[in-house]
Amino acid sequence: MRRGPLTILAVAATVLTAAPAAAERLVSSLSSHRVLITPSFTGTELVLFGTVERDAASVPRRGSYDIVATVSGPRETLVVRRKERMFGIWANADSRTFVEVPSYLAMLSTRPAEEIAPLDVLLRLQIGLRRTLLPQRIGPDTADVVRDDPFRNAFLRLKLSHDLYVDTPNEVTFLTPILFRATIPLPAGAPIGNYEVDLKLFADGALIARGGDAFEIVKFGFEQFVAGAALNHGLLYGLATALMALLTGWLASVVFRRD
Amino acid sequence: MFLEVGSEGSSRRRMTPVQVYLPIADLPVNIFVVFAMGIAVGFISGMFGIGGGFLMTPLLIFLGISPAVAVATVSSHIAASSFSGAITYWRRKALDLSLAAMLLIGGIGGTAAGVWLFTYLRALGQLDLTISLSYVLLLGSVGGLMVMEGVRAIIRSRHGKPVELRRPGSHTWFHGLPFKLRFKQSRIYVSSIPVVMIGFIMGFIGAIMGIGGGFLLVPMLIYFLRVPTNVVIGTSMVLTLVTMATATVLHSVTNHLVDVILALILMVGGVTGAQFGARAGQKMRGERLRLMLGVLVLAVGLRFAVDLVMTPDDFYSIRQLEGAQ
Repeated sequence: MRRGPLTILAVAATVLTAAPAAAERLVSSLSSHRVLITPSFTGTELVLFGTVERDAASVPRRGSYDIVATVSGPRETLVVRRKERMFGIWANADSRTFVEVPSYLAMLSTRPAEEIAPLDVLLRLQIGLRRTLLPQRIGPDTADVVRDDPFRNAFLRLKLSHDLYVDTPNEVTFLTPILFRATIPLPAGAPIGNYEVDLKLFADGALIARGGDAFEIVKFGFEQFVAGAALNHGLLYGLATALMALLTGWLASVVFRRD
Repeated sequence: MFLEVGSEGSSRRRMTPVQVYLPIADLPVNIFVVFAMGIAVGFISGMFGIGGGFLMTPLLIFLGISPAVAVATVSSHIAASSFSGAITYWRRKALDLSLAAMLLIGGIGGTAAGVWLFTYLRALGQLDLTISLSYVLLLGSVGGLMVMEGVRAIIRSRHGKPVELRRPGSHTWFHGLPFKLRFKQSRIYVSSIPVVMIGFIMGFIGAIMGIGGGFLLVPMLIYFLRVPTNVVIGTSMVLTLVTMATATVLHSVTNHLVDVILALILMVGGVTGAQFGARAGQKMRGERLRLMLGVLVLAVGLRFAVDLVMTPDDFYSIRQLEGAQ
């Protein structure tokens, strides 16, 4: 008699591991798919909405769902430099190059990652800033280093302090058991380019579904014109700026003339 | 136009009323803060007859603008204020165009060399240190000399002796150099070699440090070339104008770092402040003005020295890898 529920549980577990993808589906959308940088841009926030779609194959879950949203910006290669005292003054000495790392990276989840899934799963899926792969150029090789490496720590600390890396364990909230919402904070310094949103749905410590979305940050209108001109028509841009300087200087001498 | 529209989420960030996003520096700044900086530096530049770049560049760096963008952008700001000044001196016929032209031959070459070194150091990752070190060495030594000279002049005038800046007839070694030219307006007859050299030095340090160098050029012209004080500022402004306009164009072509929006706010503030500064300066005695300028130059130099010597708050810095130059 006491074997009944255990058998059902075992069957359920088999179903779960055999066909996890068919059980639930993640459907999500962003409040905007294009962030425009205008002269008044001081950073913004995007709202991510989503729902967990269940079908006939879905099994009842014991615990609630967990969502991990990873937002990553365009890749860039950065140099972290360490100052050292040389001849009494502080100068950049050692440096480490971080190759093709996300310029922006946000880890948003319903709970601290350690409570969502076991450590090996978190490591494999690169969930959490400490577990994200950050390739670095070391000698002729490109590889990530031990997690307590001072350059790696400094990199994460600086990125976090500029709000370019975000680690918010309680940012994703479930409004109903299947409807969730999260805000993606984008600071003024977020670089332009394409951003990817990767969503992972966990239940009972296992990844059961994935979803994704994308948005872009673009310079718009005047900002786009100026930045484009500076980059593509350097000579014309420089001449125009110099001319503007002369005009301003001349205007001042006319306006304030006193004789 | 630039008023920030308060949105639901923005309350979480620092609320600053009037922000403008700089397209090249890639960060928002408070338009009034930048404008006020322009006016303040303009006031000082008008008062002393200098460009004020040595104050403006550090202030911009302090605001969070990268040193490279600050140096490149300030060059256009100085071009504006020195053009406004040069016109005023031109009306009074208080400038020597032929001397300025000779200085310019060296000045343009020096600017090009400076922009080249600037680009090279940027690729090496030592640009910030070079800018800081140049500020310490140059401003420290020049400021120190100016303060000493100013104090001596004031003591002399207290004792009732006249202040003599120009000692006619006293010759230095380079008066024996060839290619001598007569500059009528300045009433001097000197070799063109030191003139071109001074121009070169000014252009070179101007491009690297983001300063016009008026505070350096004026004493150089007075002490080395014996240019009379009535034409020296106007002439120095013409040189500053051309080297800084050239630097603006060259920085735009090579490094794409001139922020036109930042430049516009700065120059409008700068030329306005300069007018009031010039009026304030006319009411003060010459030697006292020079002493004040010396103290100011020295203070900025010391400020940089403190930063270099003091243990930094953060040993690490992060910077995007510059293009494969």
